[in-house]
Amino acid sequence: MSARLPKGGRFLNRSQPIEFSFNGKQLQGFEGDTLASALMANGQQLVGRSFKYHRPRGVVASGAEEPNALVNLGTGRRLEPNQRATTTELFEGLEATSQNHWPSLEFDVGAINARLSRFLPAGFYYKMFMWPRAFWKHVYEPFIRQSAGLGKAPNARDADTYEHFNITVDVLVIGGGIAGLEAARVAGSSGAQVLLIEQTAQWGGRANVDATLIDGADEEHWIEATVDALEDMDNVRLRTRVMGAGVYDHGYVLAYERLCDHDPQDGLPRHRLWKIRARQIVTATGAIERPLSFAGNDLPGVLLASAQRDYLINYGVSAGDRTVIVTNNDDAYRTALMLHNLGLEVKAVIDARAEANGPLPVAAREAGIRVETGKAIAKVKGVARVEGVAICAQVGEGAVLDEIACDVVAMSGGWSPVVHLWSHCGGKLVWDDAQAHFRPDPGKAPIGADGHAFVHTTGAASGLLKSDEILQNAHDAGADAAKAAGHKPKRGKAPTAASPDEAPIEPVWMMPQGAGHELRSKMWLDFQNDVKVSDVQLAAQEGFESVEHTKRYTTLGMATDQGKLSNINGLAILSKSLGADIPAVGTTTFRPPYTPISMGAIAGEARGKLFQPLRRTPMHDWHEANGAHWEPVGHWRRPYAFPRGSETVEQAVQREVKNTREAVGLLDASTLGKILVKGPDAGAFLDLLYTNMVSTLPLGRCRYGLMCSENGFLIDDGVIVRLSEDSWLCHTTTGGADRIHGHMEEWLQTEWWDMQVHTANLTEQYAQIAVVGPDARNVLEALGGDIDLDAETLPFMHWTEGRIGDFDARVFRISFSGELSYEVAVPASQGLAFWNALLKAGEVFGVMPYGTEALHIMRAEKGFIMIGDETDGTVIPQDLGLHWAISKKKADFLSKRAQERDHMTDPDRWQLVGLETVDGSVLPDGAYALAEGRNENGQRNTQGRVTSTYHSPTLGRGIAMGLVLHGPERMGEVLKFTNIGGAPIEARIVSPVFYDPEGKKQNV
Amino acid sequence: MQRYSVFAVAREAMRQHTGWHRAWASRAPRKSYDVIIVGAGGHGLATAYYLGKNHGLTNVAVIEKGWLGGGNTGRNTTIIRSNYLQDPSAAIYEKARSLYETISQDLNYNVMFSPRGVMMLAQTEHEIRGYQRTAHANSLQGVQTEFISPQRVKELCPIIEIRGPRYPVLGALWQARGGTARHDAVAWGYARACSDMGMDIIQQCEVTGVRSENGQVTGVETTKGAIGCNKLGIVVAGHSGVLAEMAGFRLPIESVALQALVSEPIKPCMDVVVMANTVHGYMSQSDKGEMVIGGGADGYNNYTQRGSFLHIEETVRALVETFPIISRLKMLRQWGGIVDMTGDRSPIISPTPLGNCFINCGWGTGGFKAIPGSGWATAEMIARGTPGPLAAAFGLERFREGRFIDESVAAGVAH
Ligand SMILES: Cc1cc2nc3c(=O)[nH]c(=O)nc-3n(C[C@H](O)[C@H](O)[C@H](O)COP(=O)(O)OP(=O)(O)OC[C@H]3O[C@@H](n4cnc5c(N)ncnc54)[C@H](O)[C@@H]3O)c2cc1C
Repeated sequence: MSARLPKGGRFLNRSQPIEFSFNGKQLQGFEGDTLASALMANGQQLVGRSFKYHRPRGVVASGAEEPNALVNLGTGRRLEPNQRATTTELFEGLEATSQNHWPSLEFDVGAINARLSRFLPAGFYYKMFMWPRAFWKHVYEPFIRQSAGLGKAPNARDADTYEHFNITVDVLVIGGGIAGLEAARVAGSSGAQVLLIEQTAQWGGRANVDATLIDGADEEHWIEATVDALEDMDNVRLRTRVMGAGVYDHGYVLAYERLCDHDPQDGLPRHRLWKIRARQIVTATGAIERPLSFAGNDLPGVLLASAQRDYLINYGVSAGDRTVIVTNNDDAYRTALMLHNLGLEVKAVIDARAEANGPLPVAAREAGIRVETGKAIAKVKGVARVEGVAICAQVGEGAVLDEIACDVVAMSGGWSPVVHLWSHCGGKLVWDDAQAHFRPDPGKAPIGADGHAFVHTTGAASGLLKSDEILQNAHDAGADAAKAAGHKPKRGKAPTAASPDEAPIEPVWMMPQGAGHELRSKMWLDFQNDVKVSDVQLAAQEGFESVEHTKRYTTLGMATDQGKLSNINGLAILSKSLGADIPAVGTTTFRPPYTPISMGAIAGEARGKLFQPLRRTPMHDWHEANGAHWEPVGHWRRPYAFPRGSETVEQAVQREVKNTREAVGLLDASTLGKILVKGPDAGAFLDLLYTNMVSTLPLGRCRYGLMCSENGFLIDDGVIVRLSEDSWLCHTTTGGADRIHGHMEEWLQTEWWDMQVHTANLTEQYAQIAVVGPDARNVLEALGGDIDLDAETLPFMHWTEGRIGDFDARVFRISFSGELSYEVAVPASQGLAFWNALLKAGEVFGVMPYGTEALHIMRAEKGFIMIGDETDGTVIPQDLGLHWAISKKKADFLSKRAQERDHMTDPDRWQLVGLETVDGSVLPDGAYALAEGRNENGQRNTQGRVTSTYHSPTLGRGIAMGLVLHGPERMGEVLKFTNIGGAPIEARIVSPVFYDPEGKKQNV
Repeated sequence: MQRYSVFAVAREAMRQHTGWHRAWASRAPRKSYDVIIVGAGGHGLATAYYLGKNHGLTNVAVIEKGWLGGGNTGRNTTIIRSNYLQDPSAAIYEKARSLYETISQDLNYNVMFSPRGVMMLAQTEHEIRGYQRTAHANSLQGVQTEFISPQRVKELCPIIEIRGPRYPVLGALWQARGGTARHDAVAWGYARACSDMGMDIIQQCEVTGVRSENGQVTGVETTKGAIGCNKLGIVVAGHSGVLAEMAGFRLPIESVALQALVSEPIKPCMDVVVMANTVHGYMSQSDKGEMVIGGGADGYNNYTQRGSFLHIEETVRALVETFPIISRLKMLRQWGGIVDMTGDRSPIISPTPLGNCFINCGWGTGGFKAIPGSGWATAEMIARGTPGPLAAAFGLERFREGRFIDESVAAGVAH
């Protein structure tokens, strides 16, 4: 059984016990433990169930590559599914539960799948569940979904917060092992801005476990001294618990910091997402040991040989009492020797190679350890955990030669460099035959915009496995990176290290070499997703020859560990099945993130109220305080209406319309876009932009203008004001302000860059209030000031500036309601005061604020179009009867040519009309006018559609605007409109101007 | 064809699965074919399949530069719906959707079409009106959709926050027979059926040139040599501009990266597909348990199949806001595909200036759902030489005439 040793554990603080629970059981660990080491220390070897067959699973690794030990961590608002126990630092009160089983971890009904496994080979679901047809949705799929999935879905809002952090550096070093430390040290000595990040909480990586002498002393001294030296450099930042997650174009790197996962608390962000711009990147991300493929290699008690060393040295935990080691290389003998030196029993080393005579095997034999060469594991014995192994010759079909009782099998299939970050942005790999792994091809690094490499790789991540070479290489990589970032590194002497010689690895992809189907169907490649050697072979047999096909057909490497343990082994099996070389088959694409990162971290601070910036007019708080019913419009909120007392929103809207038409109303129009266009060529520019003539607009005048896209479609409208000889103020729709400003700039910068024009978006500089209704002039006059507001001095479509009351104001005599109306702009800072002044002055006239819906109704009563209602990106001004706003004189303007195209001049285009229901009801929004028959595709023919529809309080009936085939020529005709779930509704074609067609009310 | 069924699986289980045949043959190209389709994505394979099935043309090769299904077909988020606004779109997408209903049985390959329902959230007044209009249009187009209340949204998808502080849910357009399917299986199922009809699927073979004589296509040049054909169909999505250039014409297409991501798998918590267009993100849960997430396309042209992180961030932000419980899930994997965007966001199914050369492209961010219908329509066009009713509106000439089929409703803004 796994257990805590009486002594040892570099990371542990044995004086600080920590209480935690697993599946409700109270357990104890120490400060410095991971959840995995603490579980093992408590003898808890069964930690979860696999995805497909619900097989019992134990810990196999000690880091980010762990495929099995995934738990639901925490509860309620702090529940996190699929948390990896090997990277979860233990904290007081930690609560973990195991996943993917029912009713319990020990007894899981889903394990029936394992018994049926021969009926569930790779891709089985593509071949069955087709009949009866309805069963997929109602029976098969729900069943499959229920047994798939891993962790529990959280059901409450996250209690924690997250943040983003941006930084620019010269050199980013990813990985804090000896290679990363040395590279950072050298780069730092050049004066370059260096950032060194390490995903775990400790510096030094594997060197600590594998006892390397550096510069003649214990590696720990060197590591400590180097970290101290780095900390002393002002130009170097070091951070632990920060993982390099992804490398993107232009040296953009994403890193993921876990600030308080090891110590959950309120007040601190849980994760911080680092967005790093690095001139140069050094990946020193180490290597990961590979499992070996033998029957039963997935049982709890089988783990990586290097992980077993990690647990011994770092956590003082032994994986069991009697270990069998199985290997194809010398490195695994380190585990044998370490166990032996700690007084733990090593039953045997099973080495698949014909001979093993390097210094490490020799030392093992000298220590009295049984070493079997040319041998393999035929089968691991045991049901829910390792009970022993049967051994056989590697060359053969698995005839059992001997059986050894044991409770741990430590396997080593060689090391694979962690090449993910190198590969994310296009770095290429080469197959290294001698070491049997893919490593970065230094000649094919990711290339930046300048055509030069921006990623370097060093240490085990580059395929080097000996400390001496690693340090030399890291020294050079740090210097190269600093140099490439424009600094002058001091190349000195790299530290030296002593590492024993190792005999070559022998690639062994299957044990034994000639294993039959029976054994192959028990050799796991992907432990989490339950992909076995036989599955990959079946994929190859069925023609899924591309490695991407095999991955998708079998799900190899698609689990939450992203195949860190399984990819190369699976690939090797595939290439063997295809009779091809491994490099010819190639790897699947490596995609960010390196290990999964929280959605919370990606979203960052932008949640709830901060989700998107909320734009507020100067009167926003007044609206809020006065009961505004809000409507989101772009990033703004606009009052839809101001219900009073027990009024419904609809009642409020009707009241607001009536009051404005009969007395006077106030509208906060500040959100309307206001773009200043200025310069010697401003007039010519606007002539190109608008369909109307703008340049001839006299000073003091306003003009309604239309803007179309180059494809001819109407995109925005608004009133243009001539402010001075060379400056115009262009009003846009609320939603259009930023877009139209961008549109102007795009044309100015990319096509008409020779024009002398500046544009500025002044939308937020002014508060704009529409004073609307028969008493509008009276209200403004009551405020006093020096502006003459009478009809002769300031006629319709004119503007002026001066003082109204105590306010500096620009007054535009424009109307979107058909009433006498002044739009008054004052500096934003004066907006609220002016609004209050108007309310006060208007009191005697019965002034009331009104919202967007009243605005909409009044404009519809008057037959004014609304961008986004009458237009939808397919409508041209000609469809809306706006021919008068399209200049015939101008030689050119945006959309002119487009509007001459066949389809645009087609007389069958639907045209704007008014619609009145026969029974006075309100037509449904978006209804279509029915026509006879069906088209070739069997769809009902139509002859028009409703674009806006309202109940008009003024007329006391439903009114609508719509686009209808030959509409203007069909006045009085009655059409039938769709009415979902009811009989079609009849409406008569009428003029779109329902109210005051002569303009008597607005032109007074 | 070797039939797939539960009995076949049981039989094979008894003999260690040694009897399974290749799903599709791997053949060297012949000298010439009646029809060559370039691009073994879903659209190319479906085109070939319906050429055989509907028109009896089986002397067909599908030529693929990488591995079949490895383009956008194998990279998309698999949303299937047909609640489009414009008649021509609704017709072809509904044709596709209805073919999806029976495709597993037709192909004898379980593509796991899951009509779990698709909802598109309305989060502004403007969106409400837009979706109500779509519901009206759909009612005449034979597409079953309805506009539903926020309460119904919450019932169908309990993990949605309908009272979000920034953009509360005001309703949704709901298509109950929309859903998802397994993308790879769609490509594999069609490939297997094509191969079974005697067609050649030639992978790892890049088309590098188009041959023609007197304005008529005569064949293609490839990395495996020249191959002759009477008719050519170009169905290469993101690389359409490149192929068009080889054939001597230009296309109104821009190629940009569109990205997607998945979370780690969790137990079922979401039974429908939800699209939230105001905040710009959409999500569903795969049968494996992963939350499948997508959002907006990159704003610049690109062929690298990698996108910028910015869009991942925007999308995830939008979805954490819409589905607060996903905050503590983790992003497992992100990827990108190069999508072919037209100006009106509708596809092109068209003859080209080169005689007997046809093109199918422009599906942009939403063509997975169209695969069967598009293949049906494209096969009809290639077989007859001219587009049938499903394809008629999607010709290249529409850009010249201004006859757009605008689904983006691009200039639609609310006041
Ligand atoms: C991230 C993402 C999410 C998406 N989500 C959805 C969704 O939810 N719903 C939906 O309906 N759609 C979605 N789409 C869109 C959908 O994926 C595509 O519209 C559709 O798959 C296109 O299929 P295709 O067969 O035309 O193209 P592809 O599948 O890309 O196939 C084109 C093939 O042509 C090959 N090719 C290119 N050049 C050559 C050459 N010179 N010679 C030979 N072969 C060549 C390519 O290798 C490729 O295999 C999404 C797309 C992406 C990228």
